[in-house]
Amino acid sequence: MRDFWTIFNQSFWTKAKTKSFVITTLIVVAGIFLMSNLSSIISKVQDIGVFDGGADSSTIYVVDHSGSLLEPLQQQLDASESDLTLKSSTHSIEELKAQVSEEEIKSFLELSVNETQTIHATYTSENASEFENPMAIRDALQNLQTNLKATSLDLSSEKVAQLFAPIEFNQKAVSDSSKSEEELSQARGLVYVLIFVIYFAVFYYSNMIAMEVATEKSSRVMEIIISSVSPVKHMFAKIAGVGTLGLLQIALFGVVGFVALKTSSSDLTSGVFSFFGFSNVSISTMVFAVIFFLLGYFLYATLAALLGSLVSRTEDVQQLLLPMTFLIIIASFIAFSGLGNPEAGYVQIASYIPFFTPLVMFLRVGMLELPIWEPILGVAILLVTIFVLGWFGSRVYRGGVLMYGASQSLKDIKKAIQLGKK
Amino acid sequence: MTLQIDNVTKKFGNFTAVKDLSMTVKQGSMFGFLGANGAGKTTTFRMILGLLDATEGSITWNGKPITYANSTHIGYLPEERGLYPKMKVEDQLIYLGQLRGMKKHDAKIASNEWLERFEVPHYSSKKVEELSKGNQQKIQVIASLIHKPSLIILDEPFSGLDPVNVEILKKAILDVQTEGATIVFSSHRMDHVEELCEQLIILDHGQSLLTGSLREVKRSFGHQNVRMKADFDLSFLQETTGVTSYKQTIEGGVFQIGEEKVAHELLRNALTKGDIRYFAIEEPSLQDIFIEKVGKEHA
Repeated sequence: MRDFWTIFNQSFWTKAKTKSFVITTLIVVAGIFLMSNLSSIISKVQDIGVFDGGADSSTIYVVDHSGSLLEPLQQQLDASESDLTLKSSTHSIEELKAQVSEEEIKSFLELSVNETQTIHATYTSENASEFENPMAIRDALQNLQTNLKATSLDLSSEKVAQLFAPIEFNQKAVSDSSKSEEELSQARGLVYVLIFVIYFAVFYYSNMIAMEVATEKSSRVMEIIISSVSPVKHMFAKIAGVGTLGLLQIALFGVVGFVALKTSSSDLTSGVFSFFGFSNVSISTMVFAVIFFLLGYFLYATLAALLGSLVSRTEDVQQLLLPMTFLIIIASFIAFSGLGNPEAGYVQIASYIPFFTPLVMFLRVGMLELPIWEPILGVAILLVTIFVLGWFGSRVYRGGVLMYGASQSLKDIKKAIQLGKK
Repeated sequence: MTLQIDNVTKKFGNFTAVKDLSMTVKQGSMFGFLGANGAGKTTTFRMILGLLDATEGSITWNGKPITYANSTHIGYLPEERGLYPKMKVEDQLIYLGQLRGMKKHDAKIASNEWLERFEVPHYSSKKVEELSKGNQQKIQVIASLIHKPSLIILDEPFSGLDPVNVEILKKAILDVQTEGATIVFSSHRMDHVEELCEQLIILDHGQSLLTGSLREVKRSFGHQNVRMKADFDLSFLQETTGVTSYKQTIEGGVFQIGEEKVAHELLRNALTKGDIRYFAIEEPSLQDIFIEKVGKEHA
């Protein structure tokens, strides 16, 4: 057991101390802070007006043919907390167009009212991709017109309010396993992020394992090690060491993310974050995320160690890992496509296929109210697979680490087992 | 504490790497493994260490097979040298020492002692990849000796070392032997084996061609050499009965003979022709035996 911890420590610390690992971790931490403050950074940048090319986008020049719309429109915009300022322009339409194309002004608005109190408005800007300002103006004008027409029809403001009273619309699902629409959209964001984290982590750390094993083999230090410690112990100590490192790294990112969000000016319950459902983090979803990350990692890391033990040169690692990479990518495709329809048949089936379980079963657990036996069955199948793969992997590993020469194909598994067999 | 190898055969598929090998290495002795490339030396070592399992036969150390339960008593220098290139020398020695059951503290002390002994204490905090090949090899030799093993297996320990370092290593090996360790090593260098080993085996194509103590091996070879120097041509003497081969040298010639009395005959015959400046009966060198035995197999 002491050997196990010696190898565990060695694989943990040598990896944790490498420059590349430290730098990657720092970059991600910086990235998390940047992302969590993105909205305030964007608004800061907009305030400074860096991207506006000098012209002020919050000022809109207006040519009001009716002569009576400018004032109420400004009031309407102010009421909806828009920061747009309207300015009456004395220039002709042609002159204003020229100014827009020369980027002296950002945009201008032409307003008129016909005899039926219908407002005609033309918003002119350099290109049609502008979205926010025209929408705000349109909404304000719509309200304005409603008021105008109501006045001409002698409707009181109460009657207008009655006319536009919103309906009550609720969505209910009959299926036991489905969550309410509100819960679902909240869960979706969180599950989306966690699927991505699991996918990335399983992929990244498994690759790390394969590289570690291949490096030890190619530097030929392996033979000394396995003459001291059994290859099986070596393999699992290494997997556990790198796994712990991975778990700590992700936990660090989690804590940093939490701190960053708490300290940032962004409001957790609004905007982008409400879409991701962070306002209402479900504990069980987080617990399942950790479980499926660990199991997924052990499954793929064992496979990666097995494959890594077959190559003699680190250059060949990626080639041999390709089939494994495909498995992870397919699993992520199923999981991401299942976000929209977690009850689809193929998602259900895939969630019991061990190589897909970590991502797909997690998706189902996160998105649906599953009876508890379903995830437990998935976990059980996964555990059995890990066990079988561990047993098989250690047999291949035993021989594989002694095998040198041009080995780049999966056929070598057979050779390795022969070499390693009792 | 003997290393006992009994009728060991190792097959890889249809290929037989080692065939019916038997030998005994007594405790505290130095045992030489000789053999051409691909003779089965490394495979035998790997079987002794338990990295490979014998297809047939048994290998025991101290009456028990070598497993990971007693691997802390074994020291191993693989033929293919390798260490962690990016790890510091000291860290590496401590790590490998720990894997052989040492405490971290003891491993640190021992690694410093050994670096001192090999006259490279200043490499302690260097990365292995910064060292020359010969120095890397020293570090690896230390790694195989640091935990005071009782059985040491060295696969080609001298290859790649300069003469000064060969002497340092020889002395270190002899020292650990005096401390009671049993040492098995392979080499292509016959002079090293001749100098260090009491016992040896010559392997060829996985089979033992010769085994025993150095004296037995030489005696059983059945040949001796007679070296003569004279101012005249000695080639007429090769017709003498009992001479199995003759090699002309610059100053005279070397005759290979079966029995010692042939040497007297040769001397008498030579003196009839003129003065002999040099005459000696020499034991065959291991080199001669090896080339004769292995070369014949290949011919």
